Amino acid sequence: MKSSRSHAVGLLGLALLLVVAMSAALAVGPANLSLPEIWKALQPEAGESPARAILLWVRLPRIVAAALSGAGLAVSGVLFQALLRNPLAEPYLLGVSSGAALGAVAVLSLGLTVGPAGVGLAALAGALIAIATVFRVAYAAGQLDTRVLILAGVVVASFFGAGVMLVLTLAEGRTARSALLWTMGSFGQASWQMNIALAAYSLPAALAAFGLSRHLNALALDEESAAHLGTEVERVKKISYLLASLLAAAAVSVAGVIGFVGLVVPHAIRLLWGVDHRYLIPMSFLAGGSLLVLADAAARTVAQPLEIPVGVVTALIGVPFFLVLLRRGYARKPL
Amino acid sequence: MSFELGDAWFRYPRSDHPALRGVSVEIPAGSHTAIVGPNGAGKTTLARLLLGTLRPQSGYALFEGRPAADWPRREMAKRVGVVAQGGPPVLPVSVIGFVEMGRNPYVRPWAPLGEADRAKVSGALRRADLEELASRAITELSGGEVQRAKLARAFAQDPTVLVLDEPTAHLDVAHEMEIFRLVRDFVDAGGSAVTITHSLHLAGRFADRLCLLSDGRLEAVGSPMEVLRSEILSRVFDWPIEVVALDHAGLAGLHVVPVDKGRDPTHSEEPT
Repeated sequence: MKSSRSHAVGLLGLALLLVVAMSAALAVGPANLSLPEIWKALQPEAGESPARAILLWVRLPRIVAAALSGAGLAVSGVLFQALLRNPLAEPYLLGVSSGAALGAVAVLSLGLTVGPAGVGLAALAGALIAIATVFRVAYAAGQLDTRVLILAGVVVASFFGAGVMLVLTLAEGRTARSALLWTMGSFGQASWQMNIALAAYSLPAALAAFGLSRHLNALALDEESAAHLGTEVERVKKISYLLASLLAAAAVSVAGVIGFVGLVVPHAIRLLWGVDHRYLIPMSFLAGGSLLVLADAAARTVAQPLEIPVGVVTALIGVPFFLVLLRRGYARKPL
Repeated sequence: MSFELGDAWFRYPRSDHPALRGVSVEIPAGSHTAIVGPNGAGKTTLARLLLGTLRPQSGYALFEGRPAADWPRREMAKRVGVVAQGGPPVLPVSVIGFVEMGRNPYVRPWAPLGEADRAKVSGALRRADLEELASRAITELSGGEVQRAKLARAFAQDPTVLVLDEPTAHLDVAHEMEIFRLVRDFVDAGGSAVTITHSLHLAGRFADRLCLLSDGRLEAVGSPMEVLRSEILSRVFDWPIEVVALDHAGLAGLHVVPVDKGRDPTHSEEPT
């Protein structure tokens, strides 16, 4: 394992990156606020002002939602990759996003006036149905078969994906468009209320994942070795699957489908700092949060007044960065 | 008694053929027991019952008097170090990181290693002669070095028992000797070892007791002299096998020589 000093520097750097990203994101948006204006409006003694309202009730909730979702998705990716020992595993591989999308799209297309929280709940319900279905298929005789898990997940994802297309085809033009946009991911509906629920849900889950670190290290080798190194393999697999799925479900019900974060962030951290989950999990948490905060800031500013889907931005900035890392080589230095 | 099997039966799900059919054997503490037998005889299944990763469908498998499958894995891992079969490692972890996992049963899953843990890890690296490779990626090592790393990881667990499943598969003679030597030293220092192996002559040379499995049954158990006999081996392996007592250059041992099929082993030439 790499020296603990390089890990400490990395952790500190990533924490700083998150703070800087969140502060920078606060300064950008359609309402042109200058830095001095922002500074003044945020002073505790400053009274109510349009600038303060924009900052505290429009931008900040959005930034916090992006940070929490990105962090959750990245940790979810770490867990799935360790559990399935498959570098391609990511939160959405196992049908969580398609289930959520079907739930949300169905509600939006039916034109039900439920508000963003209602859409979120429908998405969560869809995600949970997908998670439970996949789990039920792969879990037999006290054992979770990870090969079945992947296959069942991919197939369930296709099934729900077909459901989404069916609903979109039948929906009217206007509702179909809003449903379609939802599937591309956006933090436009973020609110404090939503953030509190998201935090209450994903912070403990991420902490629990961190608490499994050494077990995940062993599990990433192979299941039999993990058992001989003292891991209760089936218990850890079950818990990881549930934590990973719940983290992804929480993010997807707040922000829609944002792929890529859960795949690329953990790999980038592995390439830079190695495979020890005791660092991989907190570092992915911080880096995933930063990535989505920056991506969302870009999404709402680059094409003003139009907002581009945040998933598009994560891919556009993330892929080149990741390719550079990949080019530097996986096995060139021990991790 | 470290391990004890009593009339243990095991059949894998979706298989009509039991892998083990009523095996009873005791593996005393402080000995080196080799489990030998043809491919598919049930050797690995036997090891899994001993280690509690499988539970016999009838009969019992005990470790230190308690059903092996009932042991909390963490407690088992403090007592038993395992060198399992398995393909080449794919996770690009450093050798020292790999060996540090041997301390998993002693450390909280999120906590750093303590001073004592680090000492155990460097002791294990030294014992397996891996100090110079400590910072290399395990994926870059040769087959012999990987087996030594697995053994070092097992040493780091500070076990009283080692269980090794084909530790010398795909290794050349020198590396084979190296591994058996390390295991023998572990037993001489007061530990116990159970080794599954295809190497009959090394089993005969380094183990105190041999268990010969065939088609899920225990065919013979006892000292190398008692088990490595031409008529037993020829029958079990279904191939004429000659056993020659060798006392050459201070090497006393049994030599197991498969001869050409069709020749009567009892009439083969005396070694010169």
